[in-house]
Amino acid sequence: MPPLSEKLLTGTAKAERAERAQEKTPKATEAARTAGAGPASPSGPPSPVLALRDVRIGDRAGGREIVHGVSLTLTPGSAVGIVGESGSGKTLTCRAALGILPAPFEVTGGSVEIDGHDIAGLFPARWTDLRGATISAVFQDPASYLNPSIRVGAQIAEVVRVKQGRSRRAARRRAVELLRSVQLRDPELVSSQYPHELSGGMLQRVLIAVAIAAGPRILIADEATTALDVTVQAEILDLLADLRERTGLALVVVSHDLAVVAQLCDEVLVMRHGEVVEQGSAEDVLHHPRHEYTRLLIAEHEQYGLEKFRTPEEDA
Amino acid sequence: MSNDTAGFGPAPETTGSEPATRPVLEVRGLEVRYGPRRRRRHALRGVSLSVAPGETVGIIGETGSGKSTLARAVLGLVRASAGSVVLDGEDVTAHGGRQWRALRRRGVVQYVFQDPLRSLDPDLTVEASLGEPLLVRGVSRAETARRVRAFLARVHLTEDLLGRLPGELSGGQRQRVAVARALVTEPRLVILDEPVSALDAANRVQILRILEELRDDGVSLVFISHDLGSVAGIADRIAVLYRGELVETGAAREVIGRPRHPYTRLLVRSAPTLRSAPADRAERAALRALLPA
Repeated sequence: MPPLSEKLLTGTAKAERAERAQEKTPKATEAARTAGAGPASPSGPPSPVLALRDVRIGDRAGGREIVHGVSLTLTPGSAVGIVGESGSGKTLTCRAALGILPAPFEVTGGSVEIDGHDIAGLFPARWTDLRGATISAVFQDPASYLNPSIRVGAQIAEVVRVKQGRSRRAARRRAVELLRSVQLRDPELVSSQYPHELSGGMLQRVLIAVAIAAGPRILIADEATTALDVTVQAEILDLLADLRERTGLALVVVSHDLAVVAQLCDEVLVMRHGEVVEQGSAEDVLHHPRHEYTRLLIAEHEQYGLEKFRTPEEDA
Repeated sequence: MSNDTAGFGPAPETTGSEPATRPVLEVRGLEVRYGPRRRRRHALRGVSLSVAPGETVGIIGETGSGKSTLARAVLGLVRASAGSVVLDGEDVTAHGGRQWRALRRRGVVQYVFQDPLRSLDPDLTVEASLGEPLLVRGVSRAETARRVRAFLARVHLTEDLLGRLPGELSGGQRQRVAVARALVTEPRLVILDEPVSALDAANRVQILRILEELRDDGVSLVFISHDLGSVAGIADRIAVLYRGELVETGAAREVIGRPRHPYTRLLVRSAPTLRSAPADRAERAALRALLPA
């Protein structure tokens, strides 16, 4: 019935591949960068890969609204950060974009568009195609997303095999490559290990490898580096920046660490009690905040953060 | 194993010093080894550290640096293969279970872990959990009830939570209950191993504020974390662990603002701040190249 989902499956996917192949040439990336936007067609503004328009999320059981309208637009290669305390609706908003709102929550208003297609009324089968290949996510608690009784490499290879139709052997090889790309020191060894044999930081990198395995256009990183050691976090931030530049990956970054958001994002949303209290460029929001809640978050960050003892001069 | 390794490092100086300035914790030449005899490795090597009354010492380092082993060795949960641990003037290095229980009853040291479910009994209500250590020590029921409420207030929780089980609390509330439980016996030293790492920004700041209030009350804290920002926010002094050895110890301002050891520089420069990007790959590789192999 819906021709758009058919398009998602066939036409768009093909177009995507063509686009990505084009992006691989350094010229195209360079042109996009000088144009001040992600890789896009030379004429007009780049079309968004993800667009949330006044998304409202309600609790069906309680009959009340929890998220009171979030709007954001992600173009290829761009990054939007969402900050705010837990319970502010950050994670629900991300889950709405992924179509995985847990019961009894549901989108009660507004729209979510992935690659120009409204996700309302998408069949589960279409979602399966979309997730991983077009939009994927990494959450904070990596252990709960992996199967404890299957070797890590096999779990990644499974994603590669299903999403990209590669042979078993090619998928295994690709799994090791992906583990190397997330800066795991001994990817062959890690690939043959079970989740319980890995530290939290290693598991988180495995999850990131899974998330980027099928070459998504949008990655939602919900506190993805929070549990990592600071040097590993630096590697992951570099990796995400590389992917943005190289493949035009667009990011939604949810983090309690304002410095991580400042580092990665072009635009920032500040949420509180389900409301976006401030939204704008990262520079404006983090360095010239207007809302008192944003000011409070920044003051707390500076009081209980490295900024307490580090001045820009010393860093220079 | 031979006995003479027990005397490794300088002798403890607990005898001559004034009780008022005597360190609450004095770790000397601490060594912890693990693994089978053939492939025995050091988890900690030659670690010396002292914590003064009312002082907050932060310990930073990465996964596998020995941070948690240090906490566990201080608490008697792993055995030192050399060196000594002196808590409030008492050498606890060779203490057995009974001596440790006596020490805990005296309220010298308490601990808080990252996961409050590990320090709280899932079947005990908040009131029972907080009251248990007091009742064990023979405090009357009336006095226990009074103190439980006082400490609940101290961690900014309300009395309506007293009847709840840990599973019925939010993560932030649970960690505050764990802190309150560590406090009811009024210990002189609290060891906190990644106490805010599982919390969101608001709860993280709330716990850090509570810890600051504790410090102002004269409680000594050892704050272990991979999160440099939290440690910078709360510690008077910071010790940096790298592969089981302390590579730098100093005032928080110095260690964060002007790190001397390449490993400390690598850690500090790897973290972004609101105003500055972290060191790029080349700079990090250059710092890494300076580290002992």
